[in-house]
Amino acid sequence: MPALTFLHGEASRSAGEVDGAFIFIAAICIFFFLLTQGFLIYFALRYRRKKGEPDVETPYITDNHTLETVWVIVPSLLLLAIFAYGYVVFIDLKSPLAHATEIAVTAQQWQWSFTYPDGRTVVGELRLPVGRPVKLTMTSRDVIHGFFIPAYRQKQDVLPGRYTYLWLEPDRVGSYDIFCSQYCGTGHSLMRATLVVMPAAAYAQWVEQQEAKARQAKAGTEPLAEKGEELMEQSGCLGCHTVDGTPKVGPTLKGLYGKSVPLSTGQSVTADDDYIRESIVDPNAKIVKGFPPIMPTFRGKLSADDIRAIIAYLKTLH
Amino acid sequence: MTERAAAVPLADRGYLTERGFRAWATTLDHKRIGVMYLFTTLFFFLVGGLFAIVIRLKLMTPGPGFISDHTYNVFFTIHGALMIFIFVIPAIPSSLGNFFIPLLIGARDVAFPRLNLFSYWLFVAGICVVFGSLLNPMDTGWTFYAPYSTRTAAAVTVLAFGLFMTGMSTILTGLNFVVTIHKLRAPGMTWYRMPLFIWAMYATSIINVLATPVIGITFLLLAAERLFGIGFFDPAKGGDPLLFQHFFWFYSHPVVYVMILPAMGIISEVIPVFARKPIFGYKAIAYSALAIAFISFLVWGHHMFVSGMSTVAGVIFSFLTFFVAVPTGIKIFNWIATLYKGSIHLDSPMLYALTFIFHFIIGGLTGMFLGALGTDVHVHDTYFLVGHFHYTIMGGTIMGLFAGLHYWFPKMTGRLLDELRAKLAWLFIIVGFNVTFFPMFILGYLGMPRRYAEYPPRFQTLHIVSTVGSWVLTIGIAIMFLNFLRCMRKGQPAPANPWRALTLEWQTASPPATDNFETIPTVTTWPYGYGKKGDAGE
Repeated sequence: MPALTFLHGEASRSAGEVDGAFIFIAAICIFFFLLTQGFLIYFALRYRRKKGEPDVETPYITDNHTLETVWVIVPSLLLLAIFAYGYVVFIDLKSPLAHATEIAVTAQQWQWSFTYPDGRTVVGELRLPVGRPVKLTMTSRDVIHGFFIPAYRQKQDVLPGRYTYLWLEPDRVGSYDIFCSQYCGTGHSLMRATLVVMPAAAYAQWVEQQEAKARQAKAGTEPLAEKGEELMEQSGCLGCHTVDGTPKVGPTLKGLYGKSVPLSTGQSVTADDDYIRESIVDPNAKIVKGFPPIMPTFRGKLSADDIRAIIAYLKTLH
Repeated sequence: MTERAAAVPLADRGYLTERGFRAWATTLDHKRIGVMYLFTTLFFFLVGGLFAIVIRLKLMTPGPGFISDHTYNVFFTIHGALMIFIFVIPAIPSSLGNFFIPLLIGARDVAFPRLNLFSYWLFVAGICVVFGSLLNPMDTGWTFYAPYSTRTAAAVTVLAFGLFMTGMSTILTGLNFVVTIHKLRAPGMTWYRMPLFIWAMYATSIINVLATPVIGITFLLLAAERLFGIGFFDPAKGGDPLLFQHFFWFYSHPVVYVMILPAMGIISEVIPVFARKPIFGYKAIAYSALAIAFISFLVWGHHMFVSGMSTVAGVIFSFLTFFVAVPTGIKIFNWIATLYKGSIHLDSPMLYALTFIFHFIIGGLTGMFLGALGTDVHVHDTYFLVGHFHYTIMGGTIMGLFAGLHYWFPKMTGRLLDELRAKLAWLFIIVGFNVTFFPMFILGYLGMPRRYAEYPPRFQTLHIVSTVGSWVLTIGIAIMFLNFLRCMRKGQPAPANPWRALTLEWQTASPPATDNFETIPTVTTWPYGYGKKGDAGE
C-alpha cells in the first residue's frame, strides 16, 4: 500500500492502512472535485453575459430524470465503497493483537503516566521495544482526554470511570509525539508525551536500570531529595510546573525555596516549608500572582513523609 | 476630496416610514423584526470575528503568546459559542426568513406576529444572560463536554441558561414559520409552486422545533449537576460522560443542517434569477431538503467514533452518515445543471452563490474522510475537522447569507448596493477565506490537534499562512460591511424588481409597505419560469 510518507513517516502498520484508506477516498474526492468544480466554473464563464448586453434566450430545461438517477446511483455506490474501506480499517485498528504486552495509561490534567507490567510508573514517556505488539488500557483520573499518536494514525478518547483500549504495533525505532486530542482545560495543549520505540536490547537495558532504581527506593536507601524528585514525576507536578525557570500553567519551581512569592492579593509570602506544604494540600489558600486558581489538592494523595521528600528536592533547585 | 452629492431621498420609505426606538421595539411587522434580528446577529458575527482574529494572531507563534493559554481557551470558547448559537443558527432563519417568508408566499405577516416579537426579545434577553457569564468566562469550548464542564470554575450554569433562552426563541420562531407556511400561502400557491427558499425554511423550522428541546433539556441537566450535584454526566457522581455527548450531538448534528439548509434555499433562489433559467430538478431540491432534515437526526454518533462508544454503534452511524451525502450531492448537481446554457450575469449575489457551491463541494468532500471510520480516527479532533467545519459553515452558510444580503438588499432598504465595492469585497473574501482555511486540512493530516494554545514548532509555517489569510478575509468583510452601511443611506433608489426575478417579493414595492401587498396576489405558476418554453424542454 502506498504511504503518504512525503508528508510524514509511516511508523507502524496502522499508519500504512489508514493512509491507504486516505488515498482511496482522496482519489474519489479529487475526481468529483474536478468534475463538479470544472462544470461550475466552465458554465459560469461559458454562458456568461456582460452587463448591458441583452438576455440571450435560454432553453426551458427543468428536469432530466436519467441524469438525476445516474447522479444518485453512481455516487451512492462510491459512498458505499468509502464506507466499506473505512469500516475494514477501523475494525483492524480495533482488533486485539495476539501476545500483546499490557501497559496501563493514566491520564490526568495535564499529564500522561504509563504503568508497566512490573509495576513501574513513568510520566510523560512511553518506551516500547520495536516489533512487539502492545495493548494500552487507558483511564482518566478527572475529565475526558484523548490519546493521539499522529505517526501511528491512532486515537482514542480516555474517560474517567471506565477503560478504553488501543493496540499498537511499533514497527520502527524512533521518537514520536503523543498528544492529548480532547480538550481538557488550561494545560490541554501542553499535555504531551513522547513515544520512544527502542531496539530490543536497549529496551532491556533500560528496564534493568529502572528496576534497580525501584529496588533501591523500596529498600529505603534512596536519598530524600531523589525520592522527592520521583514523587513529583509520579504525582504529575511537572505537568504544570517546570524545574528550569520557565513558567508553564503554574509558576516554575526553580529557586522557589526561600524566595519571596507575590500573591494575587497583592501581599507576598516567603516560600518556607509550611508555605510549600500548604500549597500542596490546600492550593487555593494562596494564589501566586498572574496564575489561575486551578491546582487540585493533593491532600490524602501525598503523605507527610512524601511532602518532606518533595521539599528536600525543591531545596536542591537553585 | 469633494463631498459627493447628497443621497437621493426615497419617494416612499414603505415599512421603514415610522422612526424612533419605540416604533421599532414594539413593532409587530415581520419585516422590522427581521431587520432587528439581522442587525443583532451581524453585530455578533463581527464580535465573534474579532475573537477569531486574536486567536489567529496567537497561533502565529508556537510557544506562550501575548495572551495566556487560559485566555486563549476562553477566546475560542467565546468565538465558537457566539458564532454558533447567537450568529449562525438564527442568522438566516430569524432575519431573512422573518423578512421574506411572508413576502415569498404572498402573505401580509407571519401567523403569530406577537409571538414573533416575543421571540426576538427573548433572544435579546438570552444574549444578555450569555454576556453575564463573561464575568467568569467559559473555557469549555462550545461543546461543553462533561465532566470538564461540570467541574470548571467558569460560569457554565449562567451561560447554559442564556442559551436555553435563545433556544426557546428559536423553537417559537420555528413554530411560527411552520404554521405560516401551512396556513398563509397566497391563493393558488400550491406546495409545488412554493419558492425553494420556503421549502428550505420549512425543513429548517421542523429541525428547530424537534431538536432544540433536546439541547434545552441537556443544559438543564448540566445546570442541575453543577448546582445540586446530581450525577448525570460525571462518573465521580455515578453519571456517564458519553451520555452528555449523545444528548449534545443529538441536537448539534441536526443543527448543522439548520445552519446550512437556509443558505441552500437562498442559493436555489439566486441561481435561476441570475442564470435566467428555470431551476433544474425543482422537486429533487425540495425533497432533498426534507430528506436532509430527516436523516440529520440519525447520524449524530459520527461525532463519537473515538469517544469510547461501542464499535458496532460506530459502524452503524458511519453507514447512515453516508446517506446524508446523497441528497446533498443532488442539490449540487441541480444547481450546476441550472447554469447549463444559461445567460449568466455575474452580479455580486451570483458571485457569492457560486462561491457557496465552490466551498461547499470542498467542505462536503472532506467530510468523506470524517465520515469513514478508519480515516476519522486519525483526523478527528485535529485541524482537518476545523477546516471541514469552516468550509461548510463559513465558506458555505455565510457565503449563502452574503448572497442573500446582496440579493435582497434593494428590497430591504429600497436602495442599490455599490456593485464595484461588492465585487472587490468578494475578491478579498474568497482569497482570504481559502488561504486561511485550506492549510488546516494539511495541518490536521499532519496531526495538529484542535484547541491547542501552544503547539510543536514544526506546524508553525502553515499556521502563519493561515493567519495572514485571516487578515485578507478581514479586509474583505470590512469592505462589505462599509458598503452595506454606506448604501443603506446613500445608495441609488432601487426599482421594485432590479434583478427581474419572478418570485412574489419582487412584485411589490422596494421597500415593501407595512402590509406587503396592495392586494394579495393570486399565483398561477411556479416562480422559475425563465427561458423560452418548448425550446429543448425536458
